Amino acid sequence: MKENKIPAGELSQKWSTYKSTCKLVNPANKRNIDIIVVGTGLAGASAAATLAELGYKVKTFCFQDSGRRAHSIAAQGGINAAKNYQNDGDSVFRLFYDTIKGGDYRAREGNVHRLAEVSGNIIDQCVAQGVPFAREYGGLLSNRSFGGTQVQRTFYAAGQTGQQLLLGAYSAQMRQVSLGNIKEHNRHEMLDLVIIDGKARGIIARNLVTGEIERHGAHAVLLCTGGYGNVFFLSTNAMGSNVTAAWKAHKKGAYFGNPCFTQIHPTCIPVSGDHQSKLTLMSESLRNDGRIWVPKKAGDTRKPGDIPEEERDYYLERRYPAFGNLVPRDVASRAAKERCDAGFGVGASKMAVYLDYASAIIRYGKTECSKQGIANADDATIKRLGKQVVKEKYGNLFDMYAKITGEDPYEVPMRIYPAVHYTMGGLWVDYELMTTVPGLYALGEANFSDHGANRLGASALMQGLADGYFVIPYTIGNFLADEIRTPRIDTNHAAFAEAEKAVQDRVQHFISNKGTKSVDHYHKLLGKIMWDKCGMARNKQGLQEAIQEIRALREEFWKEVKVPGVANGFNPELDKAGRVADFLELGELMCMDALNREESCGGHFREEHQTEDGEALRHDDQFMYVACWENKGNHQWELHKEDLKYDVIHPSQRNYK
Amino acid sequence: MEHKNINLNLKVWRQKNNQDAGHFETYKAENISTEMSFLEMFDVLNEKLIKEGQEPVAFDHDCREGICGMCSMYINGRAHGPWQGTTTCQLHMRAFSEGETVTVEPWRAGAFPVIKDLVVDRSAFDRIQQAGGYVSVNTGNAVDGNALPINKDNADAAFAAAACIGCGACVAACKNSSAMLFTSAKVSQYSLLPQGEPERKTRVLNMIAQMDKEGFGACTNTGACEAECPKEISIANIARLNREYLAAQFSL
Repeated sequence: MKENKIPAGELSQKWSTYKSTCKLVNPANKRNIDIIVVGTGLAGASAAATLAELGYKVKTFCFQDSGRRAHSIAAQGGINAAKNYQNDGDSVFRLFYDTIKGGDYRAREGNVHRLAEVSGNIIDQCVAQGVPFAREYGGLLSNRSFGGTQVQRTFYAAGQTGQQLLLGAYSAQMRQVSLGNIKEHNRHEMLDLVIIDGKARGIIARNLVTGEIERHGAHAVLLCTGGYGNVFFLSTNAMGSNVTAAWKAHKKGAYFGNPCFTQIHPTCIPVSGDHQSKLTLMSESLRNDGRIWVPKKAGDTRKPGDIPEEERDYYLERRYPAFGNLVPRDVASRAAKERCDAGFGVGASKMAVYLDYASAIIRYGKTECSKQGIANADDATIKRLGKQVVKEKYGNLFDMYAKITGEDPYEVPMRIYPAVHYTMGGLWVDYELMTTVPGLYALGEANFSDHGANRLGASALMQGLADGYFVIPYTIGNFLADEIRTPRIDTNHAAFAEAEKAVQDRVQHFISNKGTKSVDHYHKLLGKIMWDKCGMARNKQGLQEAIQEIRALREEFWKEVKVPGVANGFNPELDKAGRVADFLELGELMCMDALNREESCGGHFREEHQTEDGEALRHDDQFMYVACWENKGNHQWELHKEDLKYDVIHPSQRNYK
Repeated sequence: MEHKNINLNLKVWRQKNNQDAGHFETYKAENISTEMSFLEMFDVLNEKLIKEGQEPVAFDHDCREGICGMCSMYINGRAHGPWQGTTTCQLHMRAFSEGETVTVEPWRAGAFPVIKDLVVDRSAFDRIQQAGGYVSVNTGNAVDGNALPINKDNADAAFAAAACIGCGACVAACKNSSAMLFTSAKVSQYSLLPQGEPERKTRVLNMIAQMDKEGFGACTNTGACEAECPKEISIANIARLNREYLAAQFSL
């Protein structure tokens, strides 16, 4: 197994030691070095802008029509930082500890501590860029709490934190475009990685408007391409989110880490029918004030308002009194599934639970009455004022719910159900964020590194920006310092020609295939297999079946898929075909990984491994490792193990009770 | 929520590429659940077209939760369709009734050339942003976040302007194809915050110059942009932009 390059020394000193001893590239040399950044979400935009500020020549790629549209934009709730502005006992160590624990002890101490260390700098940088965070009347930054923690360390901008952070990073990126340090390639999709003499030296990309296949060379390639939740077809990801870039890198030698670690988010709007194309998240921040419940009686068909208080089961508060509705996501999701499977679900499909704001509205209303000096306020006044407060905090989320469901969440409790949201797994990277391919880096959700088996809320934004703004600018220099004698990469090299030919052949296959079924047809079938057998609960038999089913589906896909339109023009069906082809390979690997991991941890729940009261049961003696899968071609993989060493934290069974 | 199935006649703009003249095609959308989003209705239509051996309708979309700004349909003469403050992806079919004819066009503006069918090129917005829509602060320069208190009203107003998703509905809705609402939202965000102060004057001048260069029309205060904006960005931002612009011109 490749060395993870965690610096020696005391945990809290590792990153500063690294920063003061890593190799540097002088400004004149930086100007002659090209870096490709694929993906322009938080990780990609922050990395592209920062590297360009340092003087490197950067090329960015994204499949959307503008860098600003990457799916980071949809993150709602917030971003964590160990600022301790609330004086409630937060610290770098506590953020580090919560993240490791939240990840069910399957993340690296060194990486996570670094993440906690730079978290405060991220907030400072974003404020300096003019990101309009929520503020208190005194003019200072506001915080709220999120799942899995007992302090208030989450910074936010209404329910649009991802949007504001991404637009901040995008503005920095646009500034570098105007200065000529970044060259953008929008509506482009990376379709292969080019390796020369063992190092990543470029990519093959398709111009999605003209269909042209292009060669782009660089001294290093950064994949900031997000997660692969769309392997489930239905997820909270954007329609275009895909694994293709990471998968191509995997097939060219980059190991894939913990592919089965998927986060199922507890608060999403339930599926309404077969036509469903994606699922919409309702921010975890709603669990701050909302109370989750189901009727105590199975199959209760009464309207929620007709069910009296004593006949409701606030099951999270019952099972987890210490954290209540703010348990981590994996715990909350499984608890919802448990209630629905047991017949207590609500709504037409019976696959939903209530998220109720009635008591929060009363609570806020009373505070507001007291603030405004209204003595003996009647119920209507309390409710009216309470609704105003809730509207200010969560208005956009409530509006979204109303538009999608046609119901008014201020009056009727929302119905929610878990949905695929984030993938903790991803390309294996070392401490420098380099994959097993020299010169190839993976940042943000695309890598596996910081969240272990379960990510805490408001930590994805933190990690994406930490990687882009504060980690890669240092670590990439350590590699590029030895590349200053490498001239601009020649795209006439045979490796480019070979990769380009493979891409062209594949495109041609899709276009000329005389199939009968659409790409979505196969994507939906794959999604169903994954959700049923590699979703919130997994078992040996199901996973073995899933592997066989995926193989058969993949074979049929290549024979029977029908892609209309042309290769040399705008053709979204063709784009989708390539992505689904890769999902059909990834799905198999995810099931293999889930099958191999004979334990339950975080988002990975193997039914065979649970405690008496249904909690996840880890087996640290056997599985305290990162599963790193090496692609051997022809759908064969070899497992390598990176052992996880805990020097500071003593892993224990997570307890949120 | 009660739901039912409806049948619609769709009149959809088809255009092979930016050289093609383009034309309307009529399709039947049958058995459409009122629980579907407008784009899911298009998914159903496209699935049918593929089965019949026809080319599906190209349209831009990505997040499908109203925030990425990618979707961009002009529905029955309105940018993003009939619902107030809603993107096309969040418009649901319960907005339509049985037997209705629904006309769907791309954004129409000289500065947004059609790429294919309902897909247009909005890169002009990126270039306006490049002209000055940023604070020139390199990573690593920042002081502590709370070292710079900002009064809540200004912070909230800056946020309300920054909520723009850059979809271009304002341009599509405007009879002059003006990009003033988009540009003013960005200018406002920074002019309301102390971080934007050092570049306040050059920013507004450069962004307006770029906007004009892209071929967007002038603003005649009709207010269609505000009425159709899915994020309900206020036209007061345009007034602020004008003040900023005048002040910058006189003092430079």
